[in-house]
Order: sequence, then structure tokens, then C-alpha cells
Amino acid sequence: MASSSERSPPPFPDSEDQDVLDSEEVGGRESDEDDGEDLFMSTSEQPLTEMDTTLPSATQPSDVLMSSPLDIMSDPLIEPFSSPVENKSAGEVVSEPSDDFVDLTNNVTEPAADGVTTEANDSAAISSDDFFDILGSESEALREEVVVVDDNAEAAAAAGKSEVTGSVTDPPGTGKQEVKETSTAAVVDISGDSSASDTQQPSGIDKIVNPLVDLLSDAPPSADAKKPSRAAMDLFEDEGSDLFAEPRQTKSAKQPQKSLFGEPDEDLFGEPLGAAKKKSINKEHKDKSVTIKAAAVNNAGPLQEPADLFSEEAVTTAPTKSNTSTVQSKTNGVHSEEEADIFAAEATVELSLDSPRSERKKKKEEEEADKPSASAPSLSVAASLAKTQPAALEELEEEDEEEQEDTFDIFVSVKDPEKIGDGMNAYMAYKVSTQTTLAMFRNKTFTVRRRFSDFLGLYEKLCEKHGPNGFIVPPPPEKNLLGMTKMKVGKEDSSSTDFVERRRGALERYLQRIVNHPSLLQDPDVREFLEREELPRAVSTQALSGAGFLKMINKATDAVSKMTIKMNESDVWFEEKLQEVESADQQFRKLHALVESLVVHRKELSVNTASFAKSTAMLGSAEDNTALSRALSQLAELEDKMEQLHQDQATNDTFSFAELIADYIRLLGSVRASFDHRMKAWQRWQDAQTMLQKKRETEAKLLWANKPDKLQLAKEEIAEWEAKVTQYERDFERVSTTVRKEVLRFEKEKARNFKLRIITYLESQLQSQQQLIKYWEAFLPEAKAIA
Amino acid sequence: MMEEVQDVTSALSVHGHNIKVTDVLKDGDTLTFVIVSQKVSGTGEYHVDRTYDDVEWLQQHLFSQEDVPGLHGVIFPPVPAKPQVNVTAKGMKQLGFLGLGEWQPYCKALETFLRQVASHDLLKKNKAVEIFLTSSDPPGRQRVKKNIFNWLSQAMDEMRKEGHKDVDEFFQAQRDQNLVMTGCTKNATERFLEVVLTEQKIAVACGHFSAALHLCVEAGEDPVKQAFSRICVKLSEVLESMKKNMMSVAENNVNTLGLGLDLESRYQEAEKEMLFRRTCKLVELETARRSAEKAKPVKKAAMEEVKKAAESEFDHISRVAKQEIAQFESERVQMLQQALVGWCEQQLLTAKESADQFDRYLQAFRGMA
Repeated sequence: MASSSERSPPPFPDSEDQDVLDSEEVGGRESDEDDGEDLFMSTSEQPLTEMDTTLPSATQPSDVLMSSPLDIMSDPLIEPFSSPVENKSAGEVVSEPSDDFVDLTNNVTEPAADGVTTEANDSAAISSDDFFDILGSESEALREEVVVVDDNAEAAAAAGKSEVTGSVTDPPGTGKQEVKETSTAAVVDISGDSSASDTQQPSGIDKIVNPLVDLLSDAPPSADAKKPSRAAMDLFEDEGSDLFAEPRQTKSAKQPQKSLFGEPDEDLFGEPLGAAKKKSINKEHKDKSVTIKAAAVNNAGPLQEPADLFSEEAVTTAPTKSNTSTVQSKTNGVHSEEEADIFAAEATVELSLDSPRSERKKKKEEEEADKPSASAPSLSVAASLAKTQPAALEELEEEDEEEQEDTFDIFVSVKDPEKIGDGMNAYMAYKVSTQTTLAMFRNKTFTVRRRFSDFLGLYEKLCEKHGPNGFIVPPPPEKNLLGMTKMKVGKEDSSSTDFVERRRGALERYLQRIVNHPSLLQDPDVREFLEREELPRAVSTQALSGAGFLKMINKATDAVSKMTIKMNESDVWFEEKLQEVESADQQFRKLHALVESLVVHRKELSVNTASFAKSTAMLGSAEDNTALSRALSQLAELEDKMEQLHQDQATNDTFSFAELIADYIRLLGSVRASFDHRMKAWQRWQDAQTMLQKKRETEAKLLWANKPDKLQLAKEEIAEWEAKVTQYERDFERVSTTVRKEVLRFEKEKARNFKLRIITYLESQLQSQQQLIKYWEAFLPEAKAIA
Repeated sequence: MMEEVQDVTSALSVHGHNIKVTDVLKDGDTLTFVIVSQKVSGTGEYHVDRTYDDVEWLQQHLFSQEDVPGLHGVIFPPVPAKPQVNVTAKGMKQLGFLGLGEWQPYCKALETFLRQVASHDLLKKNKAVEIFLTSSDPPGRQRVKKNIFNWLSQAMDEMRKEGHKDVDEFFQAQRDQNLVMTGCTKNATERFLEVVLTEQKIAVACGHFSAALHLCVEAGEDPVKQAFSRICVKLSEVLESMKKNMMSVAENNVNTLGLGLDLESRYQEAEKEMLFRRTCKLVELETARRSAEKAKPVKKAAMEEVKKAAESEFDHISRVAKQEIAQFESERVQMLQQALVGWCEQQLLTAKESADQFDRYLQAFRGMA
């Protein structure tokens, strides 16, 4: 977990920073900005001026830049084409760009095959080389994992490839072919992997496709765009169908995903690509890739709706680059969202944000490819992240409405704690019953049996998936060694029953909080947890107790905060909130201690009352005076009842306040974690900016030194990093937005929760007072009757 | 001074039943009590200030009256233990309920003691009582010799006499009963004290909780924040009233049943002491009888004298003791009844009040947006 934050610098195959000239550093920044603007300008106005060597590199960032002019041109066209009906035509147009892809892939294969990375006239070569590395290593890593679907996948890949290569004019050498196959195999592998291993995986395609898309976008300058080729289309379609049709058949858990993507799909691509209709699950991804491809080849087919979508995004991000100031970029980020909204297509946002997302994923994978040991598990995480992303964003849009409704038609109860096993291997199992009328569940009521570590496992899964996006994942109660040991030893004293009851309540509230969260409820793991009869054993939690887990988070938090201590928080809101959270944490801890001592005293009172009752009974029996003796016996009974009352009050205090506050202390930890994730996103963005800066300086120096071949490389790198900066910035903005919304939701929930709890508390207090009055009223005549 | 006091016995010039300890002043380590008593003669009050030394002086004189026949048969009203300004754990245990609060329970107990003394048929005649209640000069500032205490400490050596078989079945029964009751009452008192102490702790804890909740209040325009702040403030009020409620519950406990049990417990002790004194006298008498029987003719007459004196003293004691016990029994039951009824009524009142408060707060919370 922490490892992902300690991001190793992404691989730069040709980081030629060695010729950096220090003397130019001051001017570097300025010139960078100029460069950036120049780039944008040049793409639109004089794209061919530097044709010989610089054009390819100038168009390198074309996934963003190229399309920006396009967008400007096609602005009037945006509206009509954003309507889903037009998608069919888009599908047709797609065939045009697809040959770019073909060409590109060919290009790709070449450099990759002979390992030459500096071919000046091959624009895509360098960048694609990057991707290739990634893909290659990925595919290796994945292939080991996923042997099952490999056949299938490769078959599809091979089929697609051969078609592609066949239609392409470039003579495909065998070596190239191979390499190409690995690349596509990687693509398919991942998707195959997804189908085989988990529900989250399918989205892997999204991630992998996107790099390709990037390649595609690089393609136009060098491609002969007119060559019609269905091969690439086929490739994509094959991918799509193979990948997504298959998992759908085999995996029941596919359904959630469908629902995730189903809606936007229909909105955006109501009838997408005819035959692709079946692949509704991930159709969107495929479409998107097509879209971006289209964007890349926009000059060829300018009337493309998806292209507009994409370029729409590009427009907003382009200025961002030219202005390096954070504030400006922030407003831009916001702006882009708004614009997206204006276009009234939820999916637009989804799409535009999704692609950078997946790009980031890809980057992550680059890192992970470097560390093969970590690649397998984290890959799946990344994949799942990529998948949940659109859903999360979609949710964000809808969240406000949902929050206002506040009626979640789902109630989870945790009951019947039961000790299973003996000795130190014993554990507690709980019955998790769900009552719901939500359509996403198969039944209205269902009950499963879960052990404590399952609850922790769920939390970890949710954390990994949703944490980095800025969601506040409700934490489960910590593991309690002492309490558990007592349980295991089998001491059936009051403290252990108290412990079990407390934990049961905490688990129940934990689950209820999760299902109350509109985004988390959608998570397949949550549903699996609630519904599935047998859950695979959560292994990692055994070693990692809740407390240890929290400790780890805290450690990571400290490390991060140290790392980003220089983060100049431009957003006052976050600064204030963070402080509020810190102080609230302090206060809640204090409150918790106070309530706990109150509870201790209440329990003490109950015990003391009991012993007073006993001594009163003795006194009564010793008393000679009959009336007095009788009254004293009555008093003893009264005190016995009062003991019960005090005990109830202690319980009431515990569950109304102590546990509630404990919950919120834990929750505040999660809130802080979400802040940290935002900070990490910021850090990544800043790092990327720094890197971009360096690259630009390098370029300037190269320009000075007049080294055209290296200059080419540098420009490509700049483009790559510009894209990254844009994406990271958007990531940051998105995480910020999410955190903001989540914190607001958290606060609302907090107030609501406390209020409800206090009302229940007062009700029971009132009740116990009324009971007390009854007791006293019954005793008074007894006392009066003494004399 | 002591001599003259002892000789004079006269009617008390103040009413015994409404003596009041109105105030307590703390001066360093000593507590000074302001004692107010109404004159029998008509209007007007005596206001005197007395320390615990003065109370001890009074007790000495009561114990050491020599002209009262059967003095040892008197159940002396129990004087509260010496108050300690800085109550230690041990001192607290000794004082029990009387050590609580700002000495109000102690004043109450002292008041009860003085009333008991001033109303006691045998004791109120002692001049020392009059002096204690009316003289503007504090009487007890010089140390006096402790006759009866000496006698008592000596009696400790004769503890074995406690098990001595009584000649009188009534007294034997009383002694057995007293033994049981002393233990039970003491135990009940201590348990009840624990209850009260815990209630006080709860009150304090509620207070802390309430204060801490005030710190959770956040400034700001944000409506959500304001809502939460309002909740905190309101909850703080709730806890404050819970604290007050618990305080008054504890106070009710102390002022009624607590003091009642405490007094009962101390009275049982006093009765026990009286019975013990009588038993000692009985042993003395039996010894005298035996020695009179065995005595040689020369000493026979003297021994007979001693025996007769002892017999008459023992008779006196027994007669007084019987009266005292009867008196004590009726007073005790009445006192306990009052304590119980008062306790019940006060707690009922408090419970109703706090139920009302809870109801109000509940409505307030329900009405909260």
C-alpha cells in the first residue's frame, strides 16, 4: 500500500538528461511555457512547418493536442454528435481510423523488434516503445498467471493480428509479427486474465487499450490514413467479444459490472457498432478506444462525435498546460467538468475522465512492471480501480440527489456471535442478515455466516479499490487481542460478553455504513460479502490485525505528510478541513475516554447497588421490628431492580456514546486517509510537472547544442510528460472533488448519526427515569407503613 | 471548673429539640461550629461557637457524672468522629457519610447529637450541657483527664467478658441482637456510602463529558457544522442536567437514608458499649459475691458492703438500661422510618424532575432540523 505511494520514477527509456546545462535553468521555465504554447499553436496553425524532424514529436502529444484544434473546428458539431443516435455513423467512421491503428502497430513492431528507439521519421516508435515495454512485461507477468484463458485470448489476438498485418502494406517480418503478437497478447491477456480471475479484471482492457490508443493518436502523421482496414476494428471487436462475452457467461459476478457500465453505455452509445451490441459490459471501453482513435485521425474524419468528446476534454486541458500555475489549472479542471455537464452527457465526463485514469493505471503498471514481484496482486487492484472509476464518477454526479433522499432500502444486521473451534484457533463467526428491496440483490432477505477476518478482508478490499480515489471507507472495529484471547480461553465473564456485544454492534454499524454509501454499495465485493454463501478466506488479515492495519495507515500517513509537507495548499477549504479533522480527532478521543470512565462508574454503581441490596436484605432479616424488617426487605428488592436499571444505563451509555464516538474516531482516521490520498495525487502531479520541466530544459539545451536526433527524443518525452501532467492534474482534481464530497457527506452523516443516537439515548433515559418513579412510588407506602 | 460543674445540676435554659448547628467555619485545621439554641424563657437565642475539643469536653463531663445512679446504663448519644479538614482515605472511612460534602452532613450529625443530649432525661441536667450551649466562653480548650476513656481502655482488656453469660434473659437477647444489628447496620451503611460515592463520581464524569462537548463546537457558517454544534451544545446541556440530577440523587441519599443509617450505626455501637459496661458491672458483681461468700469472717462485713454496693449499682444500671433500650428502640424505628420516607419522597421528586427534563430535551432533539 505504501509502496504505491513511493512511486519509483516511471521508466524513461531515453532519459538523456546527461547533457543538461545548468546555465539555462532559469530561462528554462519561461521557455517551457512558451514552448508549450507554441506547440499548441503549431499544431493548429502550422502543423507542417517543422515537418522534417520535429513534426512527429510535435504531434506526439497529439492525443491531447492534435485534437484541440480539431475541437475548435468541430465545435458546432459537438452537439449533434454527442447525441447517442449518431453513434452508428461513428462506428463506420471508426473503420477509417482503424487502419491508423494498423499502421501504428506495424510501426510499433518495428522498433520493438530491433530495439531501435531513435528512428527519427517514425513518430510513434519512441513512445510506443515505452508502451511496448510495458505491455511486454505485463504480458509476461500476466501470462504466467493466466494460463487458462491464454489460448482463447491468443487465438483471438492472433486472428486479429493476422488480419491486421495482412491488410497492411508493410511487409510483416516474422520477428515483427511475434512482437506484435506479444503486444496484443498482452492486451488480450489482461482481459483474459480478467475474465478468469475476477470481476474487476475486465476493465484491464480499458487500461491496456488506452496505451494503444495513445499510440494510435500518434499515428496520423506517419500513417497513410486512407487505407481502409477492418482489421483493426476486428481486433478490437474480437477483443471485446472474447473478453467480455466470455466472462459474462462464466461469471455470475459479471452482473454488477453490467449495471455499472450499462447505463452510460446506453446513454452514449445507444446502438454502438452493431455487432458489438452484445458486449454491453465493456463495450464502452472499446468504444472509447475507438473514440480516441477517431480523435487522433480527426483530420481524416472530422465529423466524429467521440472525437468531439475527446477533444472537448483536450481543449480544457490544453490551456492547463500553458499555464503552469496551479490556481489557473484548478479553475480549468473545474471548467472542464462543467463543460462536460453542459453537454449533458454523464458519460462524457466518464469518458473524459476515464481515459486519463486508465492512462494513469498504465503508468502505475509501468512501475509495477519494474517490480515484477508486486505486479500480480497490484495489477488486479489497478484493474479494479480502473473499473470502479467510471462508476464512482457517475456516482458522484448522482450523489447529491441520493443523499437527500437518505433512505437506503437496505438494512444489515449482525447477529448471533458464535465461537467456532477451540483453543487458540477459535474464532468468532457472525450471522450477517440483509433485508433489502433493492433490485440489485437477488433476494429480499438473505443471511450468510462470516467470521471476523472476513469483515477485515472486505475493508481491505474496499480500501484498496476506493481509498486512492478519495473515498472514505468506513473502517471495521480493530482486532482486539486481549478480548479475543479471553474469548479463546473461554472465560465467560461479563467483560468477554461485553466485548462480544460491543464488537457485534460495531460490525453491524460498519456494514450498515458501507451499504449506506452509494458508491460502496455498488461494489461487487460488498455484494459478495452480503450474498455469497462461501467466501474465500481472507488471508492477509490474519497477520494484519485491524489495529496493526491502522498503525500502518498512520505510518504511511506520517511518511506522506512528511514527504508533502511542502505542499502549498492552495485550497483553503482542505486546509481548514484537515485542521478540523485533526482537532475533532483529539476531541473525540477525549470524549471517548470520558464516556468510558462514565461507563465504568455506572457499572461500579450497579455493582455497589447490588451489594447494598444484599446488605439491606441482611439488615432486614436481622431487624426485630416487623414493619421495619418488611420495609427493609422491600428496599432490598427495590435496590435489586435499581441495579438492573443502572446496568442498563451503563449499556446505554456504552452503545449510545462510547461506541458511537469510537466509530467516529475510526472514521476520522479514514477521512484523514482520504486527505492523504489526495495529497499523494497532488504529489504525483507535482512530480510529473517537475519531470516535464526537466525534459523541457533538456530540450532547450539540445536545441542549443543542435542535436536533432536527440532533440526528437526529447520532444517526444515532453509530449509524454505533458500528457501525464494533464492526467495527474485531473486525477488530483477528481480526487479532490471526491474527497470534498465525501467529507461533506461524512459531516452530514455525523450530525444525523449523533442526533439519532442522542434521541434514542434520551428515550431510554426517560424510560428508565419513569421506571425509577414507579419503583419509588411503590416503595413510599411501605416506608410510611413502618411506625 | 470541672468540680463546680459536676456539682450543679439544674434545668436546661434552652429548648433541646431545636438546637441547630447553623454554620461551620474552617480555620486552618480546625472546624468551628456555630450552635444556635432557643431560650426557654422566651424570645432570644444563644449563639455560640464550638470546636470539636469543646464537644469532647462535653462528652467527658457526661461520662464522668458521679452522682447519677446507673449512669453506665445510659446509652450515650454517639458523638460524631473527629472531623478532619484534609480528609484522608482512612479518615474518610472513619467519618463515613459525615465526611462528605462541605461538612453539612457533619453539622447535621452534630446537631442530632446535641439534641439527643439536651433531650435526654438524665444528661440534660448536667451543667456542662448548659455551659456548652450557652456560655460565650469556649469551655473545652484545656485538656481534661479522660476518666471514662481510661476506664474504657481498661475495659478493652476485659473484652473476654463480652461473651459472659447474662443472668437476665432480656439483656442476653438484647446483646445478641445488638451484635447482629451492629454488623449489619455498619455493613449497610458502608455499602450505601459506596453507592453515594459512585453516584458522585458519575456526576463528575457527566460534568466532564458536558464540558468536553462544549469544545466540540465549531464556529462557522456551514449549516451542517452548525447543526452538529447545536447537537453538541444540547447534549452538553443534557449531560449537565444529568450531572445535577445525579448530584441531587447523591445528596438525597446522604441527607436522608445516609445520615439515618450512620446514626443508627453509631447508636448501635453506643448501645453495645452500654451493654458491655453493664456486663462488666455484672462480672464485677459476681466477683464481689464470690469473694463475699469465701471471705473470712474478719473481712466478711466489708465484703458484704462491697457486694451490696455492687448489687445496687448493677440494679440501677439494669433499670436505666432497660428504659434506655426501650427508648432507643422506639426512637430508632421512628428515625429510620423518617429517613426512609424522606429519602423516598426526595428521590421521587428528583426522578420526576429529571424525567421532565429528559422529556424536554427529547422534544428539543426531535424538533431539531
